Amino acid sequence: MSQTITIDPVTRLEGHGKITIQLNDQGLVEDAHFHVTQVRGFEKFAEGRPFYEMPSLMARICGICPVSHLIASAKACEAIMAVRIPHTAAQLRRMLNLAQMVQSHALSFFYLSSPDLLLGMESDPATRHVFGVVAAAPELGRAGIALRRFGQHIIELLGNKRIHPGWVVPGGVTEPLSSAKRDEILAMLPEAYAGIKLALTAYKQIADRFKPEIEVFANFPSNYLSLINEDESIQFTDGNLRLIGPHGGVIEDGITATRFTEVIGEAVEDYSYTKFAYYKPLGYPDGSYRVGPLARLNIVDSMGTPLAEKELIEFKQIAKGPVESSFHYHHARLIEILYGIEKIEEILTDSLILDTHVRAVAGVNRLEGAGQAEAPRGTLMHHYKVDENGLITWANLVIATGQNNNAMNKGVLQAAKSYVKDGKFTEGVLNRIEAVVRTFDPCLSCSTHAFGQMPLVLTLLNAEGKQVDQLIR
Amino acid sequence: MSVAVDVKTLVIDGQNVSARAGQTILEVARENKIDIPTLCHLDGLGDVGACRLCLVEIKGTNKLLPACVATVEEGMEVETATDRLKKHRKTILELLFAERNHICSVCVANGHCELQALGQQQGLTHVRLPYRNPELTVDASHERFTLDHNRCILCTRCVRVCAEIEGAHVWDVMGRGINSSVITDLNDPWGSSSCTRCGKCVQVCPTGALFDKSKVGSDHPKYPDFLPWLNLMREAQ
Repeated sequence: MSQTITIDPVTRLEGHGKITIQLNDQGLVEDAHFHVTQVRGFEKFAEGRPFYEMPSLMARICGICPVSHLIASAKACEAIMAVRIPHTAAQLRRMLNLAQMVQSHALSFFYLSSPDLLLGMESDPATRHVFGVVAAAPELGRAGIALRRFGQHIIELLGNKRIHPGWVVPGGVTEPLSSAKRDEILAMLPEAYAGIKLALTAYKQIADRFKPEIEVFANFPSNYLSLINEDESIQFTDGNLRLIGPHGGVIEDGITATRFTEVIGEAVEDYSYTKFAYYKPLGYPDGSYRVGPLARLNIVDSMGTPLAEKELIEFKQIAKGPVESSFHYHHARLIEILYGIEKIEEILTDSLILDTHVRAVAGVNRLEGAGQAEAPRGTLMHHYKVDENGLITWANLVIATGQNNNAMNKGVLQAAKSYVKDGKFTEGVLNRIEAVVRTFDPCLSCSTHAFGQMPLVLTLLNAEGKQVDQLIR
Repeated sequence: MSVAVDVKTLVIDGQNVSARAGQTILEVARENKIDIPTLCHLDGLGDVGACRLCLVEIKGTNKLLPACVATVEEGMEVETATDRLKKHRKTILELLFAERNHICSVCVANGHCELQALGQQQGLTHVRLPYRNPELTVDASHERFTLDHNRCILCTRCVRVCAEIEGAHVWDVMGRGINSSVITDLNDPWGSSSCTRCGKCVQVCPTGALFDKSKVGSDHPKYPDFLPWLNLMREAQ
């Protein structure tokens, strides 16, 4: 008798989604899908608004990575204005973006995924959360909380608000950095370094325990996309994208935001409100690719900062060519946190960082503009069209989670096939399938441009769609 | 021989105060540090009593009077903050929020808006009325400024400052009742109107209805305090 296993919602994610697993008459996994179940409509209601409102309007898509939206949106607006922003404004934005990456990665690793990693996939769900981590490993738990605070506090110092700072505007930022704030950030660095070093050491010790998971957590060849500097080092805010193939060969390099709008298409599947991005020349689904920490580390040759560079060299030894298992997203995330802290320190030593010229002013000089940046979860692109008065006539956003959508679905199927046998599953098995999705750290609110929370209900249906069992978490 | 000043004595919120004949209740109250909330009133502009937030109770009459236009009388007993008045003020604010699309979180005036500040001051925690969510336009045709009808509360400060202070009378009100809207010239786009680009209307606008294109984000404070000084300097000439 065929069955459908439903995990709804998937827990410890940002946003709301569910997983369904279809079993055939022999109780073997036939198919599996990760569904994103909410729709929001930001692209539609932006129509008619002045373009210079877009950064603050679009940042409301997400409370975790509003900074990414602010930056991609401001860059799209600057393409419309045809301006290049002042050096200091660009540096301050880079720092803001890195601070957000640090806090978001800390949230993903310590709050959402470390309960699985530290306490075990099969541990009691009642204590499998960040408080359980703090109880089991107080020092590490505290380090995670401190790293998140570090990022959030920098955002607050720069933008005057932790969430949705209005500081990033088309043309630059609204106010320069004061020396007092710079010194405050510098003073926070030693604790941040200590925290991430502790986390990296702890991760490397426990990663070996997860060899079975590494084998089946979205472990397959794929394409990868991310920003990269001309010197082959990692980049989060500026520059162009590179797409590489399954063996690491460059498929296309120097992808500007405008080129992105030409070569990246979005497919729609009837089971999810999140679209499926793909590289048009390769078609769908062959042109699907992964983005985010794993993609970035697979694409770059160097981190550009000394401590993170050492970690990258070690990371690259995991595989010849691109590291394929999505389990390694966790490791990549920690390396990026280290890079973020080092880079923030470097930016603060820029002799022009306290300069007061931080904003360029211009009107509508082009009727279309696109902007791209690396959000914590991967590449983010905003694309707008305006009328001659600067009112938005059309908008499209391509979100990191949409670009990972195909890989997440394939990963869920791979893990389900490996773990669900003879129609039997345990809570720990289902947690592993959820954990595949967690490795990608998807932001469902962003990807559907959705909010909401429901208790976890797991329903087992027979071939006629009748409920045969239910678990409520 | 000195000119005799016609002095009126009255009581506001139990406090004995004196005033010159012709002064409004609002003027006298504020001179005596008694706060009456206002929205359409702005020091330096003529009053129209449009928003009704400054309504006060006068002993002897059941009718509520707008303090910005009601003048003082001898022996008047005024109450400015009774439960009845507070209830009415909250309702007026709720009606203003429900009438058009006031989305504070993404408004250019967030943090610098008089409507938002009054909502907070009057303890407005939610709006009990259904939002109308009208479909309104944005006029961004002006090279420096933008008009967003979604945020307009029809206080007419822009109309008055343009007519009374700038002397251009570009702004006016079109339509009736809930269908009213502010217009430039004969409902021409602002950018092609006879606007002198002085920007006074933007500075006096209490909400995010009129704003400066170059100042969006969290940095859009307005500075309407120039008005009384401008008037004073002109009188001195």
